[in-house]
Amino acid sequence: MNKTVNQKAWFFVLPVVLLVAFNAIIPLMTVVNFSVQETFGDNVFFWAGVQWFEQVLQSPRFHAALGRQLLFTAIILLIEIPLGLAIALTMPRKGPWVSVCLVLMALPLLIPWNVVGAMWNIFALPDIGFLGRLINGLGIEYNYTRQPFSAWFTMVLMDVWHWTSLVVLLCYAGLVSIPDAYYQAAKVDGARPWAVFRYIQLPKLKYVLTIAILLRFMDSFMIYTEAVVLTGGGPGNATTFLSIDLQKIALGQFDLGPAGAMSIIYFLIILFFSWLFYTLMMKDEAR
Amino acid sequence: MKRVPWLIPTLYILFLMLPIYWLINMSFKTTNEILGSFTLWPRDFTFDNYIKIFTDPTWYNGYINSITYVVINTVLSVAVALPAAYAFSRYRFLGDKHLFFWLLTNRMAPAAVFALPFLQLYSAVGLFDTPIAVALAHTLFNIPLAVWILEGFMSGVPKELDETAYVDGYSFWGFFFKIFVPTIAAGIGVAAFFCFMFSWVELLLAKTLTSVAAKPIAATMTRTASTSGYELGLLAAAGTLTIVPGAFVIYFVRNYIAKGFALGRV
Repeated sequence: MNKTVNQKAWFFVLPVVLLVAFNAIIPLMTVVNFSVQETFGDNVFFWAGVQWFEQVLQSPRFHAALGRQLLFTAIILLIEIPLGLAIALTMPRKGPWVSVCLVLMALPLLIPWNVVGAMWNIFALPDIGFLGRLINGLGIEYNYTRQPFSAWFTMVLMDVWHWTSLVVLLCYAGLVSIPDAYYQAAKVDGARPWAVFRYIQLPKLKYVLTIAILLRFMDSFMIYTEAVVLTGGGPGNATTFLSIDLQKIALGQFDLGPAGAMSIIYFLIILFFSWLFYTLMMKDEAR
Repeated sequence: MKRVPWLIPTLYILFLMLPIYWLINMSFKTTNEILGSFTLWPRDFTFDNYIKIFTDPTWYNGYINSITYVVINTVLSVAVALPAAYAFSRYRFLGDKHLFFWLLTNRMAPAAVFALPFLQLYSAVGLFDTPIAVALAHTLFNIPLAVWILEGFMSGVPKELDETAYVDGYSFWGFFFKIFVPTIAAGIGVAAFFCFMFSWVELLLAKTLTSVAAKPIAATMTRTASTSGYELGLLAAAGTLTIVPGAFVIYFVRNYIAKGFALGRV
């Protein structure tokens, strides 16, 4: 759509800018302040330069947390995106079952994150939880509070349970927007199901898939509440992701300098990837 | 797979419902039954857990507090996002693209990064432990989202609609409220749904910004879990009740939900 140039439009966006700036810029500057200063309590601060940034970037603890975070996000994207796509492709498009499917699938998205964590915590308990009983009953030793592998398995399963529906709903929205005429044309041409998917559905889904990857990347990279309630970062540090580690440093140990520096590095990583996705997406839209 | 295309969605929905069933199942059991035996349905069916939640003010106030800040947040976010989204969808102005991306970056900020600075900020302005503080804090990620969704829906409305209205003698605000807002009502519904959803499920900021008076239900739950030991039945009942508002809201937007998740852009 061709837009008219109108500088007065700034008045329309002003309330949004003021509200978001109040919430974003003041706290962000606080974090920046923490990150470049040293304190010995009593609100007395000294200039520390980039000391905290060097310390965080060189610390094995940060590398370990970042590594776990990247691994987790990679696993999540590799499972949820194809699975979500497969479910969306096989979902009914018409009839009474559509609403039933949509409502039931959206349900996990509306459960408070700590309840999700608590629900899985109970569900996976080896003695009284359904999942724990089931897996142990199959003869596989499973205890997510003791074995790192079990903890990871539970964490990934919980996230798949919680968020795959988002991918499904996005893909489904893309699929229903394809006009019937496209499918009829493909039928006339005698296209095989794979060809229909590859040349009709996938191109139409490119845009929604980008949004899905962007949202899943951001949110899995920021995972905190569910993980804390489920495992508390344990056993040991096996599931201590970036947000959990950050909270341990900031609120647990009250090391404001390193926490501030880590926050900024953390934020910049997300920002970089999101900018990358956003640029790709907008390029497609402009085309 | 070709013969039974419904198999995959059915299995998926079953997988989704299992943990929820387990939670509901547990909420009707007594603590003894939960800890003492493994049963697939409550043998010793009890409403005690729910009765406790509905009669104990520390419990039901948690729900009232949560709903209060969620509603304030939703109304506020959508109200300020409406004109902004209109500006982004109709006009070009200095710095518009940068501003739009900057807004989106706030959706990407990890809550863990902002928890401590938020605590200091809202204590300094005297809003700590009020629903308003949580509602304002949640606008950080809800306003960008609402702007994004509404902009998507508004861009789908042809500009000729605006021009025809002016020719017919409508003033700008007359057009905006009498014609434009009803046209994109579905988009407003979807935006409100998303604001509701993300404010309802968020816990870290809500917990950090409140202590006693405005404590959200989610925080009541975590504190109960840690202080009074293993009251799993009560916890399960409280958890089950937090699913109810979400289910209620989804039911109303079920016809728009798919389009809404694509942010109105397909």
